[in-house]
Amino acid sequence: MLLNQFLLLGAILFAIGVYGVVARRNAVLVLMSIELILNSVNINLLAFALRNGGDPTGHTFALYVIAVAAAEVGVGLALVLLVYRNRRSIALDELSEMKG
Amino acid sequence: MIATAAPGWFLEHAYVIPLIPAVAFALIIAFGKRIPDTRIGRYTIPGGGSLIGVASMLGSLFFAAGAALQWIQYTDGENYVAAVRKSWVWWQSGGIEIGLGQQIDGLSVMVLLLVAFISTLVQIYSLEYLKGDRRYTHFFASLTLFSAGMLVMVLAENMVQLILGWEIMGLCSFMLIGHWWEEKANSRASLKAFFTVRTGDIGLLVGTAIVGLSAQKWITANGLQDQYSGFSIEGISRWALAGDSQYKSVLTWGAVALFIACIGKSGQFPLHTWLPDAMAGPTPVSSLLHSSTMVVAGVFLVARLYPVFFEGLRILDTNVNLIAVIGGITIIVAALLAFVQTDIKKVLAYSTVSQLGYMMMGLGVGAWTPAVFHIWTHAFFKCCLFLCAGSVAHSGSHHSFDMKKDMGGLWRKMPVTFVTWTISSMALAGVPFFAGWYSKDEIIDIAGGNQYWVFFAIGLAGAFLTTAYMTRATYLTFFGKARGAAAGIHDENHSDAHAPAPSAHGAADAHDAHDAHDAHDSHAGPHESPWLIKGPLVILATLAIIAGLINAPAFKIFKFEEWVEPKAMPVSLTGETIHEGSARNISVGAFGLRTSSEGESERKPVAAEGDGHSPTEGESGAEEHSAGYPGSAIEEGHLTGDCGTPGFVPAAGTTCYAPGVIHHEFEWVKALPAFLLVVLGFIISSAVCVTLYGKKRRPLAGLTERNIIARGLYKFLWNRYYLDALYEGVIVRGIAHPLARAMYWLNQNVFDGIVNGAGRSGRKVGEITYKYVDQGLVDGVVNGSGAAARGTGTALRPTQSGKVSQYGALLFAAAALAALILVLVNS
Amino acid sequence: MLTDQNWVLSVGVFLPLAGVLVMMFIPKSDELLVKFVGLLAALATLGIGIYTLAEFDYGQAEKLQFAVNTSWIDVIHSRYIVGLDGLSLPLYILSMVITVLVMIYSWNHVPSPGNPKAFYMLMLVLQVGMAGTFVAQDLVLFFVFFEIVLLPMYFMIGVWGGENRQYASLKFFLYTMFGSAFMLVAFLALFFKTGGTTFSMTQLADLVQQKYAEGGLTSTTMNLIFAGMALGFAVKVPMFPFHTWLPDAHTQAPTQGSVILAAILLKLGTYGFVRIALPILPQAAKVFAPWIGLLSVIGIIYGAWCCLAQTDMKRLIAFSSVAHMGFVMLGISTLTSYGINAAMFGMVAHGLITGMLFFVAGSVKDRYHTLEIKRLSGMLKQVPKLGWIMGFAAMASLGLPGLAGFWGEFPAILSAFEPAKGNVDLAIGPLSVNLYRTFMIIASIGTVFAAGYLLWLYQRTAFGTPTAEFAGLGADADDQDDHAHGAHDAHEGAEDTGHADGHHEKLHDVGIFEWIAWAPMLAAIVFFGVYPQAMFKVFDPAVSLISKKFGG
Repeated sequence: MLLNQFLLLGAILFAIGVYGVVARRNAVLVLMSIELILNSVNINLLAFALRNGGDPTGHTFALYVIAVAAAEVGVGLALVLLVYRNRRSIALDELSEMKG
Repeated sequence: MIATAAPGWFLEHAYVIPLIPAVAFALIIAFGKRIPDTRIGRYTIPGGGSLIGVASMLGSLFFAAGAALQWIQYTDGENYVAAVRKSWVWWQSGGIEIGLGQQIDGLSVMVLLLVAFISTLVQIYSLEYLKGDRRYTHFFASLTLFSAGMLVMVLAENMVQLILGWEIMGLCSFMLIGHWWEEKANSRASLKAFFTVRTGDIGLLVGTAIVGLSAQKWITANGLQDQYSGFSIEGISRWALAGDSQYKSVLTWGAVALFIACIGKSGQFPLHTWLPDAMAGPTPVSSLLHSSTMVVAGVFLVARLYPVFFEGLRILDTNVNLIAVIGGITIIVAALLAFVQTDIKKVLAYSTVSQLGYMMMGLGVGAWTPAVFHIWTHAFFKCCLFLCAGSVAHSGSHHSFDMKKDMGGLWRKMPVTFVTWTISSMALAGVPFFAGWYSKDEIIDIAGGNQYWVFFAIGLAGAFLTTAYMTRATYLTFFGKARGAAAGIHDENHSDAHAPAPSAHGAADAHDAHDAHDAHDSHAGPHESPWLIKGPLVILATLAIIAGLINAPAFKIFKFEEWVEPKAMPVSLTGETIHEGSARNISVGAFGLRTSSEGESERKPVAAEGDGHSPTEGESGAEEHSAGYPGSAIEEGHLTGDCGTPGFVPAAGTTCYAPGVIHHEFEWVKALPAFLLVVLGFIISSAVCVTLYGKKRRPLAGLTERNIIARGLYKFLWNRYYLDALYEGVIVRGIAHPLARAMYWLNQNVFDGIVNGAGRSGRKVGEITYKYVDQGLVDGVVNGSGAAARGTGTALRPTQSGKVSQYGALLFAAAALAALILVLVNS
Repeated sequence: MLTDQNWVLSVGVFLPLAGVLVMMFIPKSDELLVKFVGLLAALATLGIGIYTLAEFDYGQAEKLQFAVNTSWIDVIHSRYIVGLDGLSLPLYILSMVITVLVMIYSWNHVPSPGNPKAFYMLMLVLQVGMAGTFVAQDLVLFFVFFEIVLLPMYFMIGVWGGENRQYASLKFFLYTMFGSAFMLVAFLALFFKTGGTTFSMTQLADLVQQKYAEGGLTSTTMNLIFAGMALGFAVKVPMFPFHTWLPDAHTQAPTQGSVILAAILLKLGTYGFVRIALPILPQAAKVFAPWIGLLSVIGIIYGAWCCLAQTDMKRLIAFSSVAHMGFVMLGISTLTSYGINAAMFGMVAHGLITGMLFFVAGSVKDRYHTLEIKRLSGMLKQVPKLGWIMGFAAMASLGLPGLAGFWGEFPAILSAFEPAKGNVDLAIGPLSVNLYRTFMIIASIGTVFAAGYLLWLYQRTAFGTPTAEFAGLGADADDQDDHAHGAHDAHEGAEDTGHADGHHEKLHDVGIFEWIAWAPMLAAIVFFGVYPQAMFKVFDPAVSLISKKFGG
């Protein structure tokens, strides 16, 4: 099985995603990084599903994640657009008015 | 012989005697004020509920008289009768049932009759004396409850019931002494009375605990729980006389504790100070309190629980004991004080204290019967004296009690009062053939006969002093020149009319005046009192002559002894049957132990048949009235080895019914010294009075100003041995002020301080946490977040930067940490 | 009524909540209706109480009756167990009676700032807590009820109290919570140390002995657990030196709060000792008893002395509670049935008498707007009925035989003469006789001080003539008129015929609502004083059961 390779790929994608979320200031890039993280999870799910003899549970979960991710990106991009319209910037570190 | 006949209805139902006034009290309180005065022809029938009180006392008197008659029948010809006992469960606790009930024997019958009688007369007298008083109804209510309290105490079946009556009296004395509470002096006096008696009551509570629970133990050990509880008079008496050696020290402690209560209640030295102050109350109250109730309660308690005191303080066994010492001191101390009083009621008050000393001393030297008899005789003449004083104030001296300022020469104006006063004074002084003589003389006689020589001497000295101070009082009141109010001069400012007494009680009598005179006083000069006042005086004065005749050793009359004295004979532990086993039986009591130096007296007891296996009750029974006792047992009046004597250990399963009273044969020769002293006292005192007060002649007049010793003595007496100063100035003030304040300071600053300190430091800890932990983490943010932040929770506040990426970082860091832990744990 | 699953008690406890529910839907402004519903709820509860009283089987007063045992919080093995025996019955009924009386009194005495709706609701909630504590037979349930009481009282003091109410209410709350925390820890420790199976009081009592016999529970642990409980209860009692919240709470609380506080709340602590601490941990109780006794007698003397130093009537009465509860605790500390009986009687008597005194103090404050002893004088002249009632309550409080107070005090002194003899079966030794006899003497000296401070108070406030400030405002104004006529029934003229002068309004004597609220208490003080057996016979069997463990 190529399980280890799959997992490795997933881990790399995940790490890149985390880096993007934490380090980038651009909101769009952060959103994309989140997509990366989600997809890395999908890869993991599928890999384990295959290892368990094509267990449909993993596939089902992956499909869900994709659907949720799509919605999330939609909402996220809408938010970014609105922020941009209001502030003429999508730099996240300038967005700290919502702190408690 | 054991009485076989039923004791009779009145004895079985003696408990109604206190019930009547108790109910009357409730009635007076409830309806008294609504009853108006009614006028029928010339007569006004007083309203205000006073007649309910009088009627209730008459009812009690009726039942008490019935009980007394039946008791006389019941005991007639009997050698031994057990008390008529009854008890209903009042409360139970820890397996001990304590009841309410009655314990009727000679002593209680006698005092019941006495109290009911005196209360009746005093209430009748008060109808006139307090006419128009602003708290007329309350007065009668309290007076009635007071009598109820005394009656409850007298027939108490057990100690707790006795305490009930005892304290009700305390309460009523508080209300009555402070009857005119508008004046501070009166309320102070009432407070003092209550408080002093209450101090003595420490002894009562402790003593009851000691005696009751120890007796209970003994009763349980002997399986007598069904007969009586450990708190019952009967149980305690049986226990004390059973001679169980393991209770010796307990008995002593119990006796001492109980005696402290008696000291407080009966105004014995050193707690006598409340009694003269109690004169602040209306005169009928003083009269009732000081003749037959309240103050004799202490003497009564000693008489009632005589077995405890007899065994506990080893009366007759030792040369000296606490009761005799306190009684003896009181006789002298109080009598001396009576000489420096200007207030006629205070002279009588100290005289009461002194006479109570006689009773106590009598009990202390083993003269139970004469001491109890002295309660009886003393009640009549002392009540009469107080009522005379009231009569004088009412009609003679315009409501002043000051003998020096407002009296003198009244004997012409108030003949009835004068004659009754003189008769009672002679009875008090112990002039032969007056009531007081019979009782007092026998106390002194027995003190000598039982070889208490010191107390014999004190008794004689007391007789001398009594005569002297009564002569002085009589002289000042009735003879000499009329002064002040008695001469018709009205000093409206009464409080000034009094010498500046150490206690500010002078104002009290002034009050008496104002209240009473509004309604009826015509401001005429001195005149005789109306019949409602004179009537009781005459009755009492008559009794002051004849009441002593029921026990006149001089005439060989021993009725009182026969009826009242409990018989010292072996009985079963329940006290119900005479025990035949220990047959060396003496019937002390009616005609028992009576020593005689003549030897030929018909009352000389017949020596019992040798060692005396004589069935006592058969022989010494009804007709013969003389019981045997082993002659060898008596040596100079002391008797050992017999029932009711010191050191006697009853056979198992038996006990003595009562301690034995050793009577001594009356002889005229023995009575002579006392008589001579009385005469001497009269002569000296009259002479001094005439010189000092009448003619104001040197060297006596003004002696106290000139002679430093005389002045010192006078001052010492005038300040009442400085005992009041000690109690009020040092002890009470000390506790009420510095000590209480210090305690409160302690409370506020130490105990409360700790609490407040804990609260404050709790807040401090919070602040410190905030200040350092917080600021140490992220400086600027903390400063920004300001003073609203509290506690450690705020330390994490800076992480809420609002920056998404920072949140993300934290999220992932946390996830990574969790993953790490998971890996570590699972590996 | 020994039948299981009997819901009488639960109804009795929770019925006031129904009243609260109804009151929620009544507008605040409709004060009359609010009061009416509140009183009705309390009366209905009292009705249930009286039914309980009638159905109670006095022949078996030592057994738990009307018992309910059903599951409640299974996770922690806590069950809803309620039941009533002779020990709790008098206090259970007393709590209901007092609530009703306080509500009647409040009818025209709602303290400022008003809002009877909230006030009545709080009293009903308070009633739930009080009644619940007395019937709970499960430690967790007991704790919950014990704590429920706190909150309404906190608001009562904090909202309707005097000038210093914030401080007093917070102190009351925190202090009691502090004690309860220890109590809860002790309960939990008990639970876990006995195997974590039950919180039922009766079962725990057996389990503890079993574990102790097996060695699973050392005496040190038991002592620690007892100490925790004792601390919790002692704060509530309050025992010296944990009493400092009491004077402040009492002084600041509104009259109603003071009455409930004195009459019932203080009893929760002493009841806790008798119901929980003594039966469950007898060995530890024996160890601590002398110390409790010592603190009690210190409290008796100390409370009395503090009373003597007071200048405020209400504060004086509050301190007198410290002294009186000292007698109660002394009785308990002897571990004999004599002493515990005395303590039980003392609780009820103190509830009635001190409650009455607080009522009087409240009414004095109402009329004179001050409780400063110096400014009050001659109350008997101005408001004679109130003055006499105060005198009556003072006499009862100082332990006059024939009134209820005596039966709490005197038997407690008696019991100290012979403390518990010990029980070999449970390895409990005897208590030191000499020590307790010393306590006995000190306690009886305390009775003298009690007479001292109460009569002194009475002399200063009731006797004498009114101070210039209030002169001519009371019934004495009429008195002077009558005096001229010399009629002896001057006091009859106490009706309002005079007219007020000066800036104070005229002082009126005891009003109708006061009479209705007070008469039952006065009657009860006399009744139980004259016939103490009525109460002794109720708790004597239950108490004997407890004292048997100590050989009594």
